[in-house]
Amino acid sequence: MTSSSPVARAGDGGAAGPAPVTPHNVPHRGGPANPTAESLRARFGDAIRRIDVVWGETTVVVARERLLEIVRWLHDDPEQQYDYLSDVTGVEFRDPEPPLEVVWHLRSLPRRRFLRLKVELPRGTPLEVESVWSVYRGADWLERECYDMFGIRFTGHPDLRRILMWEQYREGFPLRKDFPLRGRFSRAEQLRQALAANPEARYSMEELSIADAFEDLPEDMRQRLKAGERTGE
Amino acid sequence: MGLSPRPEPRSVEATGGENWVTTKLDALVNWSRANSLWPMPFGTACCAIEFMATAASKYDLARFGMERMSFSPRQADVLICAGRVPFKLAPVIRRIWQQMPQPKWCISMGACASSGGMFDNYAVVQGIDTIIPVDVYVPGCPPRPEGLLYGILLLQEKVKQEHMGDETIRREMEPDPKSGLYIPPAAIDELSEPFGNSVHQTRSGL
Repeated sequence: MTSSSPVARAGDGGAAGPAPVTPHNVPHRGGPANPTAESLRARFGDAIRRIDVVWGETTVVVARERLLEIVRWLHDDPEQQYDYLSDVTGVEFRDPEPPLEVVWHLRSLPRRRFLRLKVELPRGTPLEVESVWSVYRGADWLERECYDMFGIRFTGHPDLRRILMWEQYREGFPLRKDFPLRGRFSRAEQLRQALAANPEARYSMEELSIADAFEDLPEDMRQRLKAGERTGE
Repeated sequence: MGLSPRPEPRSVEATGGENWVTTKLDALVNWSRANSLWPMPFGTACCAIEFMATAASKYDLARFGMERMSFSPRQADVLICAGRVPFKLAPVIRRIWQQMPQPKWCISMGACASSGGMFDNYAVVQGIDTIIPVDVYVPGCPPRPEGLLYGILLLQEKVKQEHMGDETIRREMEPDPKSGLYIPPAAIDELSEPFGNSVHQTRSGL
């Protein structure tokens, strides 16, 4: 019965993952770390800055410069097989001292593992980090959302522009702590700017190429469209 | 001074205002209009769930001549905005409203559509009356189907009060060309000042 269970069968020929267990009495801090953390430390050494275990979940803080390399290794290494990127997001703390963080939630379906990767972006440095789009295509919109809300630029992203707010949005990055809850402009000005937008200028670039909203696009998008750029695939 | 004044165009008013024919015709036209309003549902949030419950068999919107949901604005009479409207949807709902033919009415269903509700933040329009003209506001979060039905009956009462001599009901209301808004920007700022909208609206009966 157990051998026929579809979830216990790994796709890599014999290296079946552990059977699912419901964790009990998980401590707030400490406890067994994800074995991937030790593998990471053994392989990348100084690039692994810190390993925390919080509520049984392992957080690995890595060096900003080597992030893409680490993520690619986690994805490709047959002992790790982190094949699913479930979230990319940012964290900003209330106090001005702690750095901003970018968080990646990685999941290994064959190995039943969950790993949280973090990169710290100290204050005063440019908010830039490498895009993992070349490893996980699903990172496309997640990174766009992170850019839209926090202003973190993902270098190497094919189409880094706003995704939730409209493209001409000029008030800043809403989830940053210095952003007022009601926005920077008055309500009437916000409304005027929102109504000035062409509703059809919100579609993807393929749809736009057949729509008549082309002239209302921002200049850089028009240039990219004219150069034949396509998003998605 | 020798010129005779230009004759007034013959309108209903010029022929003596309301008379037996026009009032009976008014009653007939308004009766048929009020009982065959075709709603254009613009559901963005949980109010749309209550709207669906209203249209379903238990509350049965068809009793009031509204069983035909018009998912094209060009064949709709009533825009029912059910749910919060973010700024990104503001030009969309404005365009949907402008695509509806006259005569047309609008019901703002729920606290969010009427005032922004609890979403007093950077992303949500503080009341759709800042974008399009609204005839009936239905309070509630979300309103129960009975509440929406009461709002619809109020709208039917409003429709039954109309006179064919009133030119304004057939005229498309144009937004101010400078600001693109129906009401002055200063009024919008005052209505949606921090906590302003909700405070002003809950003082009605107290």
